Amino acid sequence: MSVPTCDVAILGAGIVGAACARALACEGLRVIVLDGNPIGSGATAAGMGHITVMDDSEPQFALTRYSQQLWNDVSDQLPADVEYVQTGTLWIAADEDEMATVRRKHAFYQERGVDTEILDAKAVAEVEPNLRTGLAGGLRVSDESVIYPPCAARWLLEQAQLDRATISLGTQVFPMADRTIQFGDGSSLSCGSVIHATGAWASRLFPSLPIRPRKGHLVITDRYPGWVRHQIVELGYLKSAHGSDRESVAFNLQPRKTGQLLLGSSRQFDVDHKDVEPRMLKRMIARGLEYMPRLARLSAIRAWTGFRAATPDSLPLIGPAEIRGHLLATGHEGLGITTSLGTAELIVSHLTGKSSAISIEPYLPARFQGGTDG
Amino acid sequence: MAERVTLTVNNQPIEAYADTSVAAAVMQTHGLAVRQSVTGQARGPVCGMGVCFECRLTVDGVLHQRACLLPCRDGMKIDTRASSEPEAFAKRDAKPATNASGSERVYDVVVLGAGPAGIAAACCAADAGRRVALIDDNPRGGGQIWRHDPAKPPPREAEGWRDRLRRTSVEILSSTLILGSFAPKTLRAESPTGPCTLRFQRLILACGARERFLPFPGWTLPGIFGAGGLQALVKSGYSVHGKKVVVAGSGPLLLAVAAYLRGHGADVRLVAEQAPRSKLLRFGGSLLWHQPSKLFEAMGLRWQLRGVPYRAGCWPIRTDGAQQVTSVTLTDGSRTWTEPCDAVACGFGLVPNLELPMLFVCAIERGFVKVDEHQQTSVAGMYAVGELTGIGGVDKSLIEGQIAGWAAADQPVRIGGLLNESVRARRFSELLDDAFTLRDELRHLADDATIVCRCEDVTYGALKRFVGQRDAKLQTRCGMGPCQGRICGPALQFLFGWLSDSVRPPIFPTALGNLS
Ligand SMILES: Cc1cc2nc3c(=O)[nH]c(=O)nc-3n(C[C@H](O)[C@H](O)[C@H](O)COP(=O)(O)OP(=O)(O)OC[C@H]3O[C@@H](n4cnc5c(N)ncnc54)[C@H](O)[C@@H]3O)c2cc1C
Ligand SMILES: Cc1cc2nc3c(=O)[nH]c(=O)nc-3n(C[C@H](O)[C@H](O)[C@H](O)COP(=O)(O)OP(=O)(O)OC[C@H]3O[C@@H](n4cnc5c(N)ncnc54)[C@H](O)[C@@H]3O)c2cc1C
Ligand code: FES
Repeated sequence: MSVPTCDVAILGAGIVGAACARALACEGLRVIVLDGNPIGSGATAAGMGHITVMDDSEPQFALTRYSQQLWNDVSDQLPADVEYVQTGTLWIAADEDEMATVRRKHAFYQERGVDTEILDAKAVAEVEPNLRTGLAGGLRVSDESVIYPPCAARWLLEQAQLDRATISLGTQVFPMADRTIQFGDGSSLSCGSVIHATGAWASRLFPSLPIRPRKGHLVITDRYPGWVRHQIVELGYLKSAHGSDRESVAFNLQPRKTGQLLLGSSRQFDVDHKDVEPRMLKRMIARGLEYMPRLARLSAIRAWTGFRAATPDSLPLIGPAEIRGHLLATGHEGLGITTSLGTAELIVSHLTGKSSAISIEPYLPARFQGGTDG
Repeated sequence: MAERVTLTVNNQPIEAYADTSVAAAVMQTHGLAVRQSVTGQARGPVCGMGVCFECRLTVDGVLHQRACLLPCRDGMKIDTRASSEPEAFAKRDAKPATNASGSERVYDVVVLGAGPAGIAAACCAADAGRRVALIDDNPRGGGQIWRHDPAKPPPREAEGWRDRLRRTSVEILSSTLILGSFAPKTLRAESPTGPCTLRFQRLILACGARERFLPFPGWTLPGIFGAGGLQALVKSGYSVHGKKVVVAGSGPLLLAVAAYLRGHGADVRLVAEQAPRSKLLRFGGSLLWHQPSKLFEAMGLRWQLRGVPYRAGCWPIRTDGAQQVTSVTLTDGSRTWTEPCDAVACGFGLVPNLELPMLFVCAIERGFVKVDEHQQTSVAGMYAVGELTGIGGVDKSLIEGQIAGWAAADQPVRIGGLLNESVRARRFSELLDDAFTLRDELRHLADDATIVCRCEDVTYGALKRFVGQRDAKLQTRCGMGPCQGRICGPALQFLFGWLSDSVRPPIFPTALGNLS
């Protein structure tokens, strides 16, 4: 029996796998994407779809900024169902401490060419009148946007298909160390490289990977067009446990193109079921009401959960895995929608030698390994 | 007789009986189209029982209120125009965030659903000395069959049970919607006085059924109601007097509804039953043998409908109209014709409201809650009765309700002869299921432009290219609207064999404040 071959097999049709497929196929590589489930049905179906630049570390900034610019570049090609809206982001400072953060963030972004603006209490109340009164101010980042991730993943895969990528869904697959992929029905495929874009499931195949699923809750409302204009995020999370191992909630509110509002978010380690936990839902909504009491009367139509693939240093794992010929593209935690496009460019650069705008170095999985021979 | 109240609709004053539903009052004065869909189509109430979300209106400044569940109150301000003006919210004084957990009430037995099954269960558990709560999201008890027109006396059988209920100590919580369970042995509810928690030792689920709707071209036009849906709206005060109505779909409900509507002055033009005549005759034959009383009941209804054609093997294939329906086109497989009408009452059988049993992880078998002979589900201390365990009508509901009531109160000796009756009732339910099996042709009524998901306006054409429900939902938003797939879910199951995904709290949309 002849074994079909391809250059790259991508495991995972989430947004990261889809972005990699598009970028690699565009370079002329023969790509196959494999997933046991429908397109974008993992964390990609659960995420908020906020495309945002973060400043927790230089490498995090580099990848998010690069990716955000890539999203801006494709924004006019995105079909309507990707629901792209350039909402901008409003970081909310509740008190003077947090205003200090606003100024620090502002300086950081300005130095690096990101368009931001400091708003005082009055200006915040003007741009988002449904926020409670008495907030200290905020930082507006104008270039940021919101998308609907499952359709974005599908669009990326459609682009890959135009460059002759193959997509195979609904079949159980087992990647082998020798770069063959075994299918549930006994057939197999051999490939030059295997890319693991399996999100929070990556550690099932590589138990030694430092990835921990981090559960999050979200709740969405009926349609209230115009209720908020920006993606609104509290800065208080810096003081709360959001950055630590403990479970936490933070106020995060997103206007969808449909007019709906998506309210988040919670973070929990060590929970292995995806049930909506009323206890967390309650805490998360209560946090939202502290910032926006009027939300109390809006109709919530659905709640759900998802798992982020968290790493110890909050940076993704992009590049060679311990097994030769296998690459990782996972560990994107709460930023994978944003960083999918940048991740794809790094993978292309690694596989083809094409230069990329940022260095892959900080994201290499080798930082957690004894060393790797690539 | 209820008092008259004045409310305004789009700033224009109207009068109605208190207790008339807002949906009925608005349809009466402003026509059947009460809202616009997400793509701007005119829509009106369909189900009359709080599951389709097509009657959502702005009430006293609060958007998206289900008007069919809201009784008219003096001074209410109703708006049927979609408000997209942010300032309208911003300037409005919002209620302060509701206090964190709301009140808590403690019961031995909580009965969910005040239809015949729930009423019977509550009566028995209370007679056995238990502290019982009977909960229903509707402002009026009685469930789908015994809830009655506020201006008319209730049916006689219902009155007997209601008298019995009145003599018990059962606490009746109406207009109370169960959202889920936030802690073991409790229910979280939304009530007119705010959110509350109901603690129970035993839970009896009697949350009944809703109608199955199947998409065909034009089925989203205002004026196409559920069969039970139109009946429910009439019961809540909508007048069909002098209106030309075609009753269509499937099941014994069609006869009951047609007779009811005729009794309320409607000009019922036709009853179109999709099941073939041969099956109905066989069904009648087995009734004569097993349960002659059911046959006499049907004959009684038929007598009330004398002069109205009842056609078996006949089904609607499209409806037409501009702002609301003006005609329905039917076929019997060989002949196709058009009937002018003002309303179509159309339902294709009933599907149980499984959301709560599923949330409590009660085992489901062949589409219904699995129970033992005492109506206990796979979860100890939790019982299911009535339509949840099989579609079998009011007798089955009453029998099962009593069994569960006694069992939940630890009085199995009082169940006695009810067990035999329960077996008979189940037999009837199986006969029904067989007689009214939906024909294959109904799978092919929709064309590519026909909307399947009414909340998100997703068409048949957009859905047919997918292989499963989850895929279709993620890519098209089908089932993501406020009805949470209650309407499109059973249709998709019938059309494509897709099963809907998991049930999560809250099982009904509710104000965010009720969840915090
Ligand atoms: C509550 C929440 C809010 C978030 N908000 C944001 C946000 O606002 N902005 C942002 O940028 N990010 C956000 N994220 C993060 C973002 O959703 C994820 O980082 C991103 O979706 C990860 O995409 P992925 O493709 O790596 O993983 P997934 O979408 O999980 O895809 C992995 C795929 O791999 C498949 N798979 C697994 N194992 C195998 C196997 N053995 N073989 C084949 N296939 C396999 C799965 O079926 C799945 O489809 C949020 C996440 C959560 C949970
Ligand atoms: C629309 C409709 C019309 C019908 N009309 C007739 C008729 O004319 N003649 C006839 O013989 N049979 C009719 N039937 C059938 C009849 O309902 C059954 O035969 C039987 O009476 C059902 O009784 P039940 O107690 O199981 O459920 P139901 O009578 O349906 O009662 C269930 C109750 O539970 C409530 N409920 C459900 N979920 C929740 C929740 N989460 N929170 C709070 N409350 C909740 C519902 O509002 C409802 O009042 C109709 C059925 C339907 C669906
Ligand atoms: S008519 Fe009110 S929800 Fe269906």
